[in-house]
Amino acid sequence: MAKYIEMIRIRFLMMLAYRTNYYSGILIYSINIGAYYFLWNAIYGDKGSIEGMTALQMTSYVAIAWMARAFYYNNIDREIAQEIKEGKVAVEFIRPYNYLVMKTMQGLGEGIFRLSFFSIPGMVVVALIFPITFSAKPEVWLLFMLSLLFSFMINMQINLLTGMLTFFFFNNAGLIRAKRVIIDLFSGLLLPISFYPGWAQHIMGFLPFQAISYIPSMIFTESFAGSEIVNALFFQILWVLILIVPIQVLWLAARKQLVVQGG
Amino acid sequence: MKYVTIFFQYVAQYMKSRLTYRTDMVIEIVSDLLFQAVNLIFILVVFDHTSFLNGWTRDEIIFIYGFFLVPFAIFGAFFNIWDFNERYIVKGEMDRILTRPIHSLFQIILERMELESLFGVVTGMAVMFYAARDLHLSFSWYDPFLFAAFVLGGTFVYAAIFVLIASISFWSDSPTSIMPMMYNIGNYGRYPVDIYNHVIRFVLTWILPFAFVGVYPSAYFLGREEWYSYAFLTPLMGLLFFSFSVVMWNIGVTKYRGAGN
Repeated sequence: MAKYIEMIRIRFLMMLAYRTNYYSGILIYSINIGAYYFLWNAIYGDKGSIEGMTALQMTSYVAIAWMARAFYYNNIDREIAQEIKEGKVAVEFIRPYNYLVMKTMQGLGEGIFRLSFFSIPGMVVVALIFPITFSAKPEVWLLFMLSLLFSFMINMQINLLTGMLTFFFFNNAGLIRAKRVIIDLFSGLLLPISFYPGWAQHIMGFLPFQAISYIPSMIFTESFAGSEIVNALFFQILWVLILIVPIQVLWLAARKQLVVQGG
Repeated sequence: MKYVTIFFQYVAQYMKSRLTYRTDMVIEIVSDLLFQAVNLIFILVVFDHTSFLNGWTRDEIIFIYGFFLVPFAIFGAFFNIWDFNERYIVKGEMDRILTRPIHSLFQIILERMELESLFGVVTGMAVMFYAARDLHLSFSWYDPFLFAAFVLGGTFVYAAIFVLIASISFWSDSPTSIMPMMYNIGNYGRYPVDIYNHVIRFVLTWILPFAFVGVYPSAYFLGREEWYSYAFLTPLMGLLFFSFSVVMWNIGVTKYRGAGN
């Protein structure tokens, strides 16, 4: 266990060395949030609320969705793909740790770094520019943190899966990009799931993506209440467990399949 | 003439290397389509809940988006040099470029070409036709020519902004994240500029003129006469900005010192 915690720490320190990159990152996210802020205000016009959300809740939803993304988002899938292509993964196989757990820990180190140097200051900046509501209830914050942790895990599992597909496709930059687009759309980052037409919501109910962004953001903006929160958290836990299966299957298959290209 | 020959030689070479990983190329095109679909889905879903966006209808917004896709696709195919700093300055590849008797920017454009992106032209046209049918737009015989001029103008506006930012690397090779920022600012141009406040509108028109890639030229085809003067400025803006960026690039190249080892 100690070695995995060390991996979190090292990745955190590595990110810390490049922290100046992140100041511009905050600006980028603010620009995105700004674009959606104006867009949503134009969409709301003089309507009081759409699908039970006010314009103010929507602005907060957009802001928190982007800032939370900084925590769960990482390029571990691309790193895995790179290591497979370069053949480095062969060495990783013989090292005394689980490769996938190691990657998860590195992702977590990155996430913790971004949360503390990006999301939190970023949220302060955004709250100064745009009107945003923060919940005063500590339990909302607690539930939000919990659901954010699950969203990290689910996003990570999907990243591991796409990364590992490189074992079979050799070059899967396209797939990695496609995955990113799908997650942006179906996770609720761009649009709350409740805005989609009924049939689309029904389909998305069978997919893990809304656990990544929609659930934590809805909890944060207090658009979910009572049993809705409990159901949402169970939805997340269920998907964390379900996704373990394909990862294990793919991992075992990949070890048999491994072709080191050059090296 | 030499430039044309070289261009086609690079294209041939590019096709060969891309066809090695066929599955990946197909997935890449599909993921491009997905990316374009995402924004369309956003517009469609949003207009389920409202019928006007600051006086613009759903089909008008879709038309603007369709138009935007065309210059953006051409830009993506040839001028997508977002990793210029890292690839050419930090790694010293620029040295290799400068030893060859072809204009440096032209070589870099050829090396960083991504022709798959041109599929966006088809998607954009399809989206525009879909919207135009619902809007019952009528076109004159000279509209295709204006369309071509506006598309080129928009492409050059985009290209100019990216070339300008790439040129910054000649003076300072420290990594900046200005490039990715530009993609995000570029998204503002996909929607009618009158939904933004005055500062943003000014920036999108005169400083980072992304509005000339989407909303202004589209306004002409949509018959929005209040924007006509801006629409007709599009080719001129493209030309001016692009010439300016090439001049800056040429000055920048003389300041290039090489990364050293």
